[in-house]
Amino acid sequence: MSLEEPKPTDVGETPDGNVDYAELEALLGDAVIGREEHVNAPAFVVRPDEVQQALGALREEAGFDYCSCVTAQEYEDRYESIYHLKKYDDPTQEVGVVVPTTRDEPVSQSGEAVYRTADWHEREAYDLVGIEYADHPDLRRILLPETWQGHPLGKDYNPEKPQVVPFREHANPLEPDQRGEGSESDTMFINIGPHHPATHGVLHVETVLDGEQIADVEPDIGYLHRCEEQMCQQSTYRHQIMPYPDRWDYVSAGILNEWAYARAAEDMADIEVPEYAQVIRTMSAELCRIASHMLALGTFALDVFGDFTAVFQYAFRDREVVQDILEDLTGQRLMFNYLRLGGVAWDIPEPREEFFEKVRDFLDGLPKKTQEYHNLITSNEIFQLRCVNTGELPPEVAKQYGATGPVARGSGVDIDLRRDDPYGYYEELDWDVITEDGCDNYSRVLVRMREVEESAKIIEQCVDLLEEWPEEERTIQANVPRTLKPDPDTEIYRGVEAAKGELGIYMRSDGTDKPARFKIRSPCFCNLHTLREMTEGEYIPDLIASLGSLDIVLGEVDR
Amino acid sequence: MSSEQEIHDTVSTQEARMGDGVDNRFNSKLREAFGSSPFILTKFDKFMNWVRGSSMFMLQFGIACCSIEMIHTYAIKHDLDRFGAGVPRASPRQADVIIVPGTIVSKFAPRMKRVYDQMPEPKFVVGMGSCTISGGPFQEGYNVIKGAEEVIPVDIHVPGCPPRPEALIYGIAKLQERVANGETSPVTVKPYELEQFGDLERDELVQHLADEIDEDDLVMRYNWANSP
Repeated sequence: MSLEEPKPTDVGETPDGNVDYAELEALLGDAVIGREEHVNAPAFVVRPDEVQQALGALREEAGFDYCSCVTAQEYEDRYESIYHLKKYDDPTQEVGVVVPTTRDEPVSQSGEAVYRTADWHEREAYDLVGIEYADHPDLRRILLPETWQGHPLGKDYNPEKPQVVPFREHANPLEPDQRGEGSESDTMFINIGPHHPATHGVLHVETVLDGEQIADVEPDIGYLHRCEEQMCQQSTYRHQIMPYPDRWDYVSAGILNEWAYARAAEDMADIEVPEYAQVIRTMSAELCRIASHMLALGTFALDVFGDFTAVFQYAFRDREVVQDILEDLTGQRLMFNYLRLGGVAWDIPEPREEFFEKVRDFLDGLPKKTQEYHNLITSNEIFQLRCVNTGELPPEVAKQYGATGPVARGSGVDIDLRRDDPYGYYEELDWDVITEDGCDNYSRVLVRMREVEESAKIIEQCVDLLEEWPEEERTIQANVPRTLKPDPDTEIYRGVEAAKGELGIYMRSDGTDKPARFKIRSPCFCNLHTLREMTEGEYIPDLIASLGSLDIVLGEVDR
Repeated sequence: MSSEQEIHDTVSTQEARMGDGVDNRFNSKLREAFGSSPFILTKFDKFMNWVRGSSMFMLQFGIACCSIEMIHTYAIKHDLDRFGAGVPRASPRQADVIIVPGTIVSKFAPRMKRVYDQMPEPKFVVGMGSCTISGGPFQEGYNVIKGAEEVIPVDIHVPGCPPRPEALIYGIAKLQERVANGETSPVTVKPYELEQFGDLERDELVQHLADEIDEDDLVMRYNWANSP
């Protein structure tokens, strides 16, 4: 870093890399009508008809090029949309933009023209809460069926109300279709999913083909929208919420997700986690990352080669080993429920030496296995033909869509919250953030494979630390009140680096033991939004490869 | 040396090549049970049921978390194929068994119903996980169907969140047993069926949607208040 030229600071940035909020407020001028203090960063209250101007100024002048999340919520007297902004260069520089609207006329200006990612976020806000966004290009429901009545996270929603859901053929958005009478059109509409082996779950991709090329593609999601936010809003902070994160990204990434909730709630209630517990968390989270990336690799090979035999089975063999280790630690194969607020559920299982030996055996065997994967996959000519230079996602586009995780890092965007916004024990350990500049499907796969090696490095250091840890200092749990009631109107947005990217959680407390609003910022949701950019004009096999390389999990996309 | 030579002299070349114990591998206990006769006498139906249970093609059908454990059941280590039930078919028209691995929500239920309808008879359903029993941890969700049995008939329920691969294998072994015995769940009329929009009772909601939905469109109507 020291060899680089010092980069010019943006408006509102102090030389030591902090944000000068007074300067930002001056930048926004008349649009600001107040300021709120959130736990993560201050937020400006902006007039609903000045949203675009305010966001535009923050993006262009102040360098906030990353809109990580849009949260919508309903109060007794108003609706509110919150844009959580960050910088890709330094995600600790944050600012919120709060847009209140009246209950009678919940219309605010759309931020889509400034941040492309706001498109889907605002559609979700419209769908679940009922805020309307003026100038939005395509304000439809996104998660619920289009004929749904009411907005379920709004205050006056009646869950007992009957609903009618249609089951009909989708129309070709680029009419005329070739099937039309006497049509000379070449475009053909084709559904991929929701039940299709290449969609990794219940994703529906509405595709229009011109010959074998893709003329239009639109992911249709919501086939696994199981009300995770509602579930968390009716559960207590202390114990009841923790099992749900396991089920967002269910590809063995459980502890990474639990950590997202644990971090947000601990910061909100000011809980200090013992160092020993942080090391255990770090180790188990990285084991989860390996398991998750192995599945990504195996299913990607399945998509690209149709290879249900060698690579797929090898990847699952390695996952089994990781799952065995995690089962020893947590008692579960998949839904760990291992983290607690302020620590972890229990210590390393006795006999400790046996557990550490098992982990070390796995780590010792890993280099040979990764070499095997490289021989079978990345150096395979057929694989390279399918993946190199297909599904290109330039870094600027990736940033526009709020892409994070291996998808962003495969496009050369150097962001990793483990390093940039440190938590847990990552800061003390020696490891690297992997980036690749290829911007294509191949780079994204390569990033995941190399991240497995980095995770192994982290785990090894954690095991060393845990082995040496003096017996009397093995505190696994901080002192946390049995019923946790954060101060009323505390608001926080916090993210961690989950397997697929930034998994963020927004929580607002109302003084009770349950959150008044619980919003999940899912990395897959944003990453999937880039699909159109990656595949339009490409061939249909490239669409399948691109979808596989995004490594989405529908449980997290739909929540 | 000499005694060994004698043995070789007394056996045929074929037997010598096959070596000891190979006969058993080919003809097994079954052959022993038949005695000297190569013919068996059984009812055709019984034989067919036995065959059906011993060679089941599963539908490759992933919904949610349980599908990860389902893949593990198919994959190395657990290897469901050992039990004659591990060839996932991507098309419902080639499948005998559908494992429903996960939460079913309002938008997906009509699609799942259609996939089930596309499978040829006789077809069997294994519900995997708590969500397919009652909605599981998401039961109170505004969008969640309270169990797969609301939409399609289920033969075997495997509880767990998610069930371990061993549990799923046990469930499938139980299904094979039932199929071999010729037992299946009766197909009953379910609360949520696909029907034409024009056939729905004309209440306030249907009136409201009348200009959005075509009379001939298939729809599923969810009466949340009556669901269990």
